[in-house]
Amino acid sequence: MERVKELAFAYRLRWKRRRLLFRAFRKRRQLTPVIDRTAQINRNDILAASTMRNEMLRLPHFLDHHRKLGINHFLIVDNGSEDGTRDYLAGQPDVSLWSTDHSYRLSRFGVDWLTWLQLRHAHGHWCLTLDADEIFIYPHHDTRPLPALVDYLERNDRKSFGALMLDMYPKGPLSAQDCPSGGDPFRSLCWFDGGNYTITRKPDLHNLWIQGGARARCFFAEAPRRAPTMSKMPLVKWHRRYVYVSSTHSLLPRVLNHVYDDQGGEITSGILLHSKFLPTALARSAEEKERREHFANSALYDGYYDQLTSDPDLWCERSTKLISWRQLEAMGLMSKGNWL
Amino acid sequence: MLVHTAFNRAEQLVRHWSAVGCPLVIHVDKFVPRKDYNNFVRALADVPDVRFSARHRCEWGTWGLVAATQSASQMMLDEFPDVRHVYLASGSCLPLRPVQELLDYLEERPRTDFIESATTSDVPWTIGGLDQERFTMRFPFSWRNQKYLFDKYVALQRLIGFKRKIPNGIVPHMGSQWWCLTRQTLSAILQDPERETYDRYFSKVWIPDESYFQTLARQYSRQIESRSLTLSKFDYQGKPHIFYDDHLQLLRRSDCFVARKIWPFANRLYEAFLTDPSGAMKRTEPNPGKIDRIFAKAVERRTRGRAGLYMQSRFPVETRENGLTCGQYSVFEGFSDLFENFEPWLAKVTGTRVHGHLFAPERAEFSDGHTVMNGALSDNATLRDYNPRAFLANLIWNTRGERQCFQFGPRDNQAIEWDIIKDPNAQVSVITGAWAVPLFQSNRNFSDLRREAALLQQIESKHLDALRSSWTKARIRIWTMAEFIEAPMEPLQTIIDEIGQQNVRGLSEVPKMVDLTGFGQFLQNLKNQGMHPYLMGDFPVAHDLHEPHKNKRKPYLVR
Repeated sequence: MERVKELAFAYRLRWKRRRLLFRAFRKRRQLTPVIDRTAQINRNDILAASTMRNEMLRLPHFLDHHRKLGINHFLIVDNGSEDGTRDYLAGQPDVSLWSTDHSYRLSRFGVDWLTWLQLRHAHGHWCLTLDADEIFIYPHHDTRPLPALVDYLERNDRKSFGALMLDMYPKGPLSAQDCPSGGDPFRSLCWFDGGNYTITRKPDLHNLWIQGGARARCFFAEAPRRAPTMSKMPLVKWHRRYVYVSSTHSLLPRVLNHVYDDQGGEITSGILLHSKFLPTALARSAEEKERREHFANSALYDGYYDQLTSDPDLWCERSTKLISWRQLEAMGLMSKGNWL
Repeated sequence: MLVHTAFNRAEQLVRHWSAVGCPLVIHVDKFVPRKDYNNFVRALADVPDVRFSARHRCEWGTWGLVAATQSASQMMLDEFPDVRHVYLASGSCLPLRPVQELLDYLEERPRTDFIESATTSDVPWTIGGLDQERFTMRFPFSWRNQKYLFDKYVALQRLIGFKRKIPNGIVPHMGSQWWCLTRQTLSAILQDPERETYDRYFSKVWIPDESYFQTLARQYSRQIESRSLTLSKFDYQGKPHIFYDDHLQLLRRSDCFVARKIWPFANRLYEAFLTDPSGAMKRTEPNPGKIDRIFAKAVERRTRGRAGLYMQSRFPVETRENGLTCGQYSVFEGFSDLFENFEPWLAKVTGTRVHGHLFAPERAEFSDGHTVMNGALSDNATLRDYNPRAFLANLIWNTRGERQCFQFGPRDNQAIEWDIIKDPNAQVSVITGAWAVPLFQSNRNFSDLRREAALLQQIESKHLDALRSSWTKARIRIWTMAEFIEAPMEPLQTIIDEIGQQNVRGLSEVPKMVDLTGFGQFLQNLKNQGMHPYLMGDFPVAHDLHEPHKNKRKPYLVR
């Protein structure tokens, strides 16, 4: 009986996946190509996909970092930027750009658009799905580029790769920092919470639900359930039948969510350094509170936006200063597994 | 040299070997498209003494690899009569020391065959449970592409007890595929009148490339050194480790002649080892043992992980945690109620970090009044109670290297109790009924006290049942309060000895017990109100009649 139930549920998930794919298919007309260079994509290229809006501050470093890692082509959806993001992106030789003014929230926070682009262009490629304020790192990323990582993953029959999103923050109030436009944001945002993460395994999709970090500590201490999810699966050997379910926190088919070992061992995983807390976060939070595009039931998060707008200091005396990936690995925030 | 991919690297290697006058026979996998093959041959047209042997289809674990090696070896022996040692390498094998050093090394050992060769019963290498069976069963299906059929066919053969006969009573040996054999041994294997029989037998053995030459060399060799000159490391699933740029120092340290597999894009490695002017000749023996520990640790990390760590790629199911927490810690129940200055005293005596009630309803009482602990762990009770288990595991993980002690009692959040009880790292010491002491000292209405006492007693009684259950893994000591105050120093000494910090000369200082004058009467009053306090043991109503407590502590300055 248990088995029958399990099969019935698996079948329901299959329909859910189809529904999400169809949804992405319907949303395809919302995208207007600005410049389509996808013809440049070669067979073994590694792609990145992202939806962004007004990210000029972060973009140069974002592109630079991921190019160095070995991303060959970026698939980007511009959601109504007004700060030149669109022109900047269109000028990059390895970026294919689409634009849309439709609702970010109704597109499941950009995922529907990206699903359509991935379905069209990422099939058979390793694809990194990121936000513009996320910088992807993994063990040995300074000496071994992404092709080495995906090679390793393929030899170990893995199709997806998990990462912890690490909220990086400055010491002192957010507005007191200077942020060099286009430079490395982690020169000022160099602090993080080293060990206050809680993990639950989701019974339906089998993914890990990790919460914690500076936002949970400072903004959600009285409602920890509502604290942001910090677990992501940004890197996937994409297949046109795959979909992200909520942001990049979970995937279907759910076997892709098994990016962890449940028998006591460790497997290789990475980190997304989160550069949300640049000084611009203040103005941006005020704006997001009005736009109501970032949470499904945004009213619950008004308090969060208010606190963010009030220029908080996220630093505490037990914050950890970022030194290197080896430090993060030793602290257990990511793992080498047996990728020696 | 066996090549199937990364031809520009293979070319580079061929030129490197050839530069010191080594003739080469190259086998290119039949799977490689004609065009790539032709380009490769053309690229090497200017290199002297390079031959290309008949091509076979080389799939992992199949006979093709042996057939390829056979034809290449035959060609080598036939075409280059001066060759004395034949070294089997691949396109991803990188010489770590100047080839001349290898030549000298072999020159000094002209009759030695370097081939790793051990019987199946002696080595733990086999992955997937097939050791002796790989020589006595048939394996017509590919392990990689037809896993299901492979497994089913093995199961079927086990079921009907099928066993192949091993020809001519040879003893199967296994070992690394990469060997270096003398002309005598190699030609004896290739020209054996029984070769037909052996070939037929081994072509159905599983992974014959790790057993064909390894077994037959035992028949003919006069002197076998059972080790491979090629450094190659395998992970826990038997897949080879790949070396990258950052392994440069590691590879240098190994002093091995050749290493595999090298990632084709590891430019720095190829540059360092292939363009090395190599002035200083080393006469050292290859010593892969020096770096073994590192690889053993990688296997351990992959299979057992770091105990007590929960993260996005390690989240063990219950019972597979290999330790719920990463280090030992102590839980004290009732001690801080009974002793006025227990926490500072304990910190002083043991040099450990002593917290208050970490699971108190108001907040986590971190030591020294901190509001946030290592790893930015907050003292907020809501955050803590959202996932108490993670809170405890995080605290112990974040403070690795420093032993943690904390107080616990029936007023605290009890959700954590099972995690502590099932944790072998926990040392739990309980004075039952000591929660009554703060009630006794408080200035509250008696009916409230009575209600609270009943509640706390109920909670602690349940907790004690849990402590005494059969799932208990923690080291647990339980005293009733009456028992404990009879002789307080002895149990304290035991606990502190077990914590095992520097203090060896006994306890020079004792914690101060609260004044219990009238406590017996207090308990009697509770009884008179219909509540039955039993967890503290037997207190006489007027114990002052027996012995005054103040004098009692004195004799217990132990040793």
